Amino acid sequence: MRQTLLTAVTAAVLAAGPALADLTIVDTSYRTGPYAANGIPFSDGYQDYFTLLNERDGGVGGEKINLVECETGYNTEKGVECYEATKGAGNGALLYQPLSTGITYQLIPKATADGIPLHTMGYGRTSAKNGGVFPYVFNYPANYWDGASHAITHILNENGGDISGKKIALVYHNSAYGKEPIRTLEELAKKHGYELSLLPVDHPGQEQKSQWLQIRQQRPDYVLMWGWGVMNQVAIQEAVNIRFPMENFIGIWWSGSENDVKAAGAGANGYKALTFHNLGSGYPIYDDLRKHVVDAGKAAGAGDQLGTVLYNRGMYAAILAAEAIKTAQEMHGTAAINASQMRDGMENLEMTEAKMTALGVPNFGPEFKVSCENHGGNGLGAVSQWDAAAGEFKLITDYYQSDQEIIAALVAEDSAAFAAENGITPGC
Amino acid sequence: MFYREAGDFKTSYTDDSQTFPIRFDRYRYYAVLIVAFAVIPFVINDYWVNAVLLPFLIYSIAAIGLNILVGYCGQVSLGTGGFMAVGAYAVYKLMTAFPEISIFIHVILAGGITAGVGVLFGLPSLRIKGFYLAVATLAAQFFLVWLFNRVPWFYNYSASGQISAPERTILGVPITGAQTAPWAAYLFCLVFVVACAIIARNLTRGMAGRKWMAIRDMDIAAEIIGVNPLKAKLSAFAVSSFFVGISGALFFAVYLGAVEVGEVFGINKSFLVLFMVIIGGLGSIFGSFAGAAFLVLLPVLLKNTLVGGLGWPTDLAAHLEFMIVGALIVIFLIAEPHGLAQLWRVAKEKLRLWPFPH
Repeated sequence: MRQTLLTAVTAAVLAAGPALADLTIVDTSYRTGPYAANGIPFSDGYQDYFTLLNERDGGVGGEKINLVECETGYNTEKGVECYEATKGAGNGALLYQPLSTGITYQLIPKATADGIPLHTMGYGRTSAKNGGVFPYVFNYPANYWDGASHAITHILNENGGDISGKKIALVYHNSAYGKEPIRTLEELAKKHGYELSLLPVDHPGQEQKSQWLQIRQQRPDYVLMWGWGVMNQVAIQEAVNIRFPMENFIGIWWSGSENDVKAAGAGANGYKALTFHNLGSGYPIYDDLRKHVVDAGKAAGAGDQLGTVLYNRGMYAAILAAEAIKTAQEMHGTAAINASQMRDGMENLEMTEAKMTALGVPNFGPEFKVSCENHGGNGLGAVSQWDAAAGEFKLITDYYQSDQEIIAALVAEDSAAFAAENGITPGC
Repeated sequence: MFYREAGDFKTSYTDDSQTFPIRFDRYRYYAVLIVAFAVIPFVINDYWVNAVLLPFLIYSIAAIGLNILVGYCGQVSLGTGGFMAVGAYAVYKLMTAFPEISIFIHVILAGGITAGVGVLFGLPSLRIKGFYLAVATLAAQFFLVWLFNRVPWFYNYSASGQISAPERTILGVPITGAQTAPWAAYLFCLVFVVACAIIARNLTRGMAGRKWMAIRDMDIAAEIIGVNPLKAKLSAFAVSSFFVGISGALFFAVYLGAVEVGEVFGINKSFLVLFMVIIGGLGSIFGSFAGAAFLVLLPVLLKNTLVGGLGWPTDLAAHLEFMIVGALIVIFLIAEPHGLAQLWRVAKEKLRLWPFPH
């Protein structure tokens, strides 16, 4: 039995074979399970942009992009299986974008040992901002601790700079992802004098009655949320049910997509979410996407996600990856780059407004420059608000920077602990 | 013809009571061991180890452990995920507290700690039976996961609440951490699997196993013939949790390297191991291996065939995988309620008579 199965697996693996192409990008997506509602638009945006580059420009620098998709279901074991299965695909995978903090934690040591860069855009291990300790991990343009600080800054701005004595509750996914902002929020509480209460929600997050009952009893002034997947929809519905004022309910950028608020109907009007890039579909690039990808029948998904928050974010991730490939190609003078050259490209990436305009996405994301000391960008973020009547999120503030004083200290502390634990000598 | 007792003369009691009384079986067993220890380590790569062999070996240990409790002693348990978590957190605390001691010893100690916890949660089994016991062990599952999430001491106060395995070596060869060579991780787990299987096999056909089976078949009758239910049930919980703890320790330290308790050791894990035991065959060591192989290899095989071989979209393949595995489980349970081990038994009976069946 065991032998026959093993032989059968061998045969299947051999039959699968490597697809020959030059620049291999792996999309570890999740289109199934409780997180699929958020996984699908991101993955569609990520893949469609690369398809656009292949169709319109013939790839990047003359080299076609070979996109390999692997379904993880937001499950770490499957994520590991995907990583091992795809890291040798084509001429070797150039980049991983796991879109899962749990899988990121698994892959940080593995990818570092294999020399393949990870881009954990706005998620993952925050202290990976310190490139001296995490040479292969990049989390630009913003991270969770920036997000926590943005939310508090927004609350400060609304209250004229004084929030001492205010009660703030954090509703979070009880996992590494949800726990990330706690330290920062605690430090900020010391600085600004608000009271923080923590309300964990267990995976997958369909059971939140008790948490929202607690909110009803404690009557916090503001509720922050670190949720993902079905948890977002349930939390927003529960907040509507207890008539919590939606403008005092602020989600991280992963809790602010159309799928999360639509289920709650008009009641969700006024819900706020952070973002580190602009929203909507009013960009020239969308004409090209429609023409070369969607209308040509080459869209990764159903083609119905264009212009949504998470589609934009997936597209932004792909833009940053493609720009890093270009940077690497210029640096090393070769079009067919390998993973370690890709890493150099990411570390020297500079995003300017001129570049973004040339790409067809003017005024889409803030400018930033990556360096060895700073793998995390400038930490700029803005607040968006849900307009239920119009059916879209709108930016209501400018981009502002996170409290670097507190965050830099936390990054240094956490990365030093990681370096000590794993015997890494930090260096740039 | 090849597979028969005739002509294989036993001249001592040791010969007579060996695990594989038929010569062909014995040679097959040695051949499997030789291939596993001396051939596979030279031909495997990262993918084979991390996607196929490590999960198979580690789940086999967990299935053997649960089989002792459910299959041999008849005590239904839904706490396997929680007990695996105990093994994982025990080995993590030991690894970080005593880095100079060998990881090999840490894994065994982690099994011992889990055995203690298992006995504690096994105490209710003296008063409650069947489904009610299953619910009590379910409470263990949720309590343990909650505990490891709630008390920061268990994860050394790390900001993310995750535990991650630092690099540990045996004779200078890394066994845990990112630098581990595939063959080293594989051999390390294989040693544990073989040792656990031999121990389990010999326990279950000795006095301890007979007591467990007596309790399973009818506890009152067992008590009348002199089996102490307290000792029998608690020893089954202890031995079972020991194996499950070892598998949890290996799952965390060697296989995944970083673990988040709620996701990795949740209720799904308990059900998965229980399904392995049921599909493989209750009360059979071979069945534990067969069940683990079925539930670990089949999804990987399906994924590689559907996505890699046929080029289907990944989401369609993932959904089909659930349906196919689910349907196969139902079909198996209808066609062969005693699991894969029973198929193996029937095949052996047929082989004995081959090529001249009556």
